[in-house]
Amino acid sequence: MADVEAADASHEPQSRHVVYCGVCTLPPEYCEFGGTVKKCQEWLKKNNSTMYERLWSEDALAAATSSLSLDAQKRAEKDAHKKALKAEAAEAKQAATIASSKVIIKRVERNKRKFVTTVTGLENFGLENKKVAKDLGKKFATGASVTKVPSGGEEIVVQGDVSEEIEEFFLEKFPVIPEDNIELVEDKKKKGSGAGG
Amino acid sequence: MFKKDISPGSKSKVKSSVQRAIRTQLVQTYPLLAPHIDEIIPKKEQLDAMKIPERVTLYLIGLTPLFYQHMTDALLPHLKLVHRFPTCFPSLRIDRGAIRFVLSGATLMAPGLTSTGGRLPTGADTEKGGYGELGGKGEEGKLYWDGEGEREGEGWYGGRELEKGEPVVVCAEGKLEACAVGLLSMGTKECKEKGKGPVVEEGHYLGDGLWRLVTE
Ligand SMILES: [Zn+2]
Repeated sequence: MADVEAADASHEPQSRHVVYCGVCTLPPEYCEFGGTVKKCQEWLKKNNSTMYERLWSEDALAAATSSLSLDAQKRAEKDAHKKALKAEAAEAKQAATIASSKVIIKRVERNKRKFVTTVTGLENFGLENKKVAKDLGKKFATGASVTKVPSGGEEIVVQGDVSEEIEEFFLEKFPVIPEDNIELVEDKKKKGSGAGG
Repeated sequence: MFKKDISPGSKSKVKSSVQRAIRTQLVQTYPLLAPHIDEIIPKKEQLDAMKIPERVTLYLIGLTPLFYQHMTDALLPHLKLVHRFPTCFPSLRIDRGAIRFVLSGATLMAPGLTSTGGRLPTGADTEKGGYGELGGKGEEGKLYWDGEGEREGEGWYGGRELEKGEPVVVCAEGKLEACAVGLLSMGTKECKEKGKGPVVEEGHYLGDGLWRLVTE
């Protein structure tokens, strides 16, 4: 009988839960090999001080490097430095791209009183057109697809006139896009028709 | 083999007969997984397969990646699964100097294993297998060998060398968690005798495309 109970008890989850770095996603003990060490350290200090102590205290660092030859240490340092520079440069470039990029939400008149809304420029903010299209389709319960444009890029085409709603949705869901970088435009087929009113 | 970023492919449901076959295959390849197989792939949950580049299939449950397989090679554990069940897989250890090469996608070469900081099975039947390298009890209190008594995962490769083609988990000097998995392109005995050449290939390592793959 006792055996049966023991067997039952063993059905509790045995899986370990491992902490991963909130910045570079690796187990924190491997952060030193990425290019974002500084940020990783800050994150760990804030989120898991015990582990921070274990990994980054002076004793821990001394123990870790003592096993490497001086030469190897230098090479590793140089390598880490290079990586950090690279990561910084990439980050700066990303920031510059974001600052200078625009998401264009365009209302397009297809037929009289039939509209579609197109969205371009999301890729510069690290967003995937396909995914966003899916989100939009769900959100507005309408057709949303990604099509290639002649100029080479892609655009999302959403059925209906939902440009303002899309802007709101983006502001809420993608804080990576600054409000000033979203532009709403209109594309009317025939100018003047009914503009007299 | 996942140096580049992978964009998620479409997921398909695995037929229940195939799901059963995979469970069997896993337990055959990794006998120490047997007690945990119901937790890893619960009978009632749907296993999904995702096709990713290089003719690799990734198996997952929900958003949790479990195993990947290149064509019909052995099923290899995703590193997140290794971290969950660390003592269920045969492991080697590389020295500290080799870590950054492995993490940049380089093939693991013999010197990184035969040096003082590295570790290969001795082939002696007194040897105990193990995972991770720091002494002490580890953060959960039981997974890491404290140098006394039984070491969890004991006997897994104790008493034998690993053969060419076998799956292996790569631990690292001074680190608790594994940093890579792959297939041995050279048996561990040969590796010690030759002392040079590639040892683990087709690998998956921390931070590679498979690691970063968004599975939602
Ligand atoms: Zn990190």
